[in-house]
Amino acid sequence: MDRAADRLTVAAVRAALAEHGYLADEGLTTAIFLAIELARPLLLEGEAGVGKTEVAKVLARWTGGELVRLQCYEGIDASQAVYEWDYSRQLLHLRAVEAAHAEVVEDELYSERFLVRRPLLRAIDHHDPVAPVLLVDEVDRADDEFEAFLLEILSDYTVTIPELGRFEAMVPPFVVLTSNRTRDVHDALKRRCLYHWIDHPDFERELAILRLKAPEAGETLTREVATAAEVMRGLELYKPPGVAETIDWANALTRLGSDHLDAATVLATLGSVLKYREDVERVYAHGVESLVAGR
Amino acid sequence: MSLAAPTGGAAVVGFVRALRAEGMEVSADSTVLFARALAAVGVARRADLYWAGRATLVHRPEDVAIFERVFEACFDGGARAVPVPAVTPEGTLGLDLPGGDDASGELEALPVVQVRYSRAEVLRARDFATYSAAEHAEARRLMADVRLAGALRRSRRTRASRGHRGRPDLRAIVRRSLRAGGEPVRRSFRRPATTPRRVVLLCDVSGSMEVYARALVRFLHVAVVARGRVEAFALGTRLTRITRELSSRDPDVAVAAAARRVVDWSGGTRLGDALRAFNDEWGVRGMARGAVVVVVSDGWDRGDPELLAAQMARLARVAHRVVWVNPLKASEGYEPLAAGMAAALPYVDEFVEGHSLASLEVLAEVVAR
Repeated sequence: MDRAADRLTVAAVRAALAEHGYLADEGLTTAIFLAIELARPLLLEGEAGVGKTEVAKVLARWTGGELVRLQCYEGIDASQAVYEWDYSRQLLHLRAVEAAHAEVVEDELYSERFLVRRPLLRAIDHHDPVAPVLLVDEVDRADDEFEAFLLEILSDYTVTIPELGRFEAMVPPFVVLTSNRTRDVHDALKRRCLYHWIDHPDFERELAILRLKAPEAGETLTREVATAAEVMRGLELYKPPGVAETIDWANALTRLGSDHLDAATVLATLGSVLKYREDVERVYAHGVESLVAGR
Repeated sequence: MSLAAPTGGAAVVGFVRALRAEGMEVSADSTVLFARALAAVGVARRADLYWAGRATLVHRPEDVAIFERVFEACFDGGARAVPVPAVTPEGTLGLDLPGGDDASGELEALPVVQVRYSRAEVLRARDFATYSAAEHAEARRLMADVRLAGALRRSRRTRASRGHRGRPDLRAIVRRSLRAGGEPVRRSFRRPATTPRRVVLLCDVSGSMEVYARALVRFLHVAVVARGRVEAFALGTRLTRITRELSSRDPDVAVAAAARRVVDWSGGTRLGDALRAFNDEWGVRGMARGAVVVVVSDGWDRGDPELLAAQMARLARVAHRVVWVNPLKASEGYEPLAAGMAAALPYVDEFVEGHSLASLEVLAEVVAR
């Protein structure tokens, strides 16, 4: 991003995102703009399939920074997120030194040679002039302890390894956190971050996204798919289709050679949009024709 | 760039205070961040002002509606009154004992033998519906001793193992080898630790549950404050999450806050709809997965029993166990005839009473099992 040249604006962010394949609405664009300007992490929440993770990917494409991804899960701790020592190699080294009848020096064992860098350390101790994009995915799956630890790292972008000393980011990474809200992320972490709830796109935006992401689908099919998705979202399904699903659907239909929706093609491809048996039944009950016909 | 208008700072503070007055939590940090965000986007366009506020001040989707309301009131022409939802702060006790001088038959229920037991013992077995206000206060103290913690499950984290069970702990082995001149003489092992499952409490706060809800909300408060991965929701005509409100230490503050949040306190029940909302927004998404889910309700439901059954089935598929607490179960000759109760029962793993302190202790045991 050519921030130095002339001041970054919200409109410039939107244009850059679009150029790299992400059509963001005004709220998300502003949140991203502010995250860049204020150098704060960005916490994204929203239904599955609305494109939370994609935000980090498009930022990496745009800035040219490396995308470093940390997938959280229950029980994740520092040894999986920050660094670990390569114990097997350490043990081998110990044996080798011993075989040569030399003295084992502890410092040797705990040197960078035996350091395994995990995502958080990689994002901080990088030597690129361009900051990497750190994606902390599904942070709600990790536990409280890990969150506290993450907060510490996100506050000053340093990592201290007792045996080696302090690592500090030359350029702090751009941090995107995503959460599915299986539990509340701790307030302290939220305060540190900018927050945006990503909603399902409106009809026009979805149309634009489909044109971009499923370019082979014809205009008629694209419109019909977007209309059907909108109808389905109004049916109180257990899992209303997200943009990810509508893109899949449009691609599936194109692959099958359809250029418009009809009852038969819908029945054949509904599995790429709806993932619950009850939802499929509900759509059948509502009538497949009404999807095709629109509202 | 500083704020465009000289009054910018005051406007920011005024706006934030208005948000707080509407019940949103806004920290000083966020306020400063908001001011900085405004400096970055400028205040010329309404949309920039709006979205800068959304990104910095709002931290959860529930607050979006409040934010919108206050934003309109503060920036779109001002004087529009901010509607405040009607509030019933505290349920009143419907079945208080008649006054002491009233020599009705009920007095027999207060036996003279009481003096032989401690007050606590008598209270433990008594039905909440027969409590006086003073007894409620007493019960609250006793409830603090009931610890609600979910059954244990294996965690992904590991802990050092004493014997030679589990996986080799290479980290410790390397450390020890150094002491032994490079020879891994003593081996160490680690094995999976255990951690309590999440407990999700869904408490019916409809009119028919009123006499019990008062005591049970206190119980929820104790459970939430004890910090053991507990989530609490109120079920009525709709679903309200009250975990945050109940996490205040002071029980009176917490219960009052919860009551303010629950707008349908002592209203009707639509268990099916409320459960559906829970499943959609929280439960199936992850909160109920592998959790012990406790539903506290008498099963009197004005909604569609079929919907309730379908939602219970969904819940049972993701939860570790579903416990249904029905205060009416204790009454003599009780049969689960209420349509809602009958519909839900096939999906319930444990069906327990919940009318007294003693039965809540039993509940704590069931949940930990």
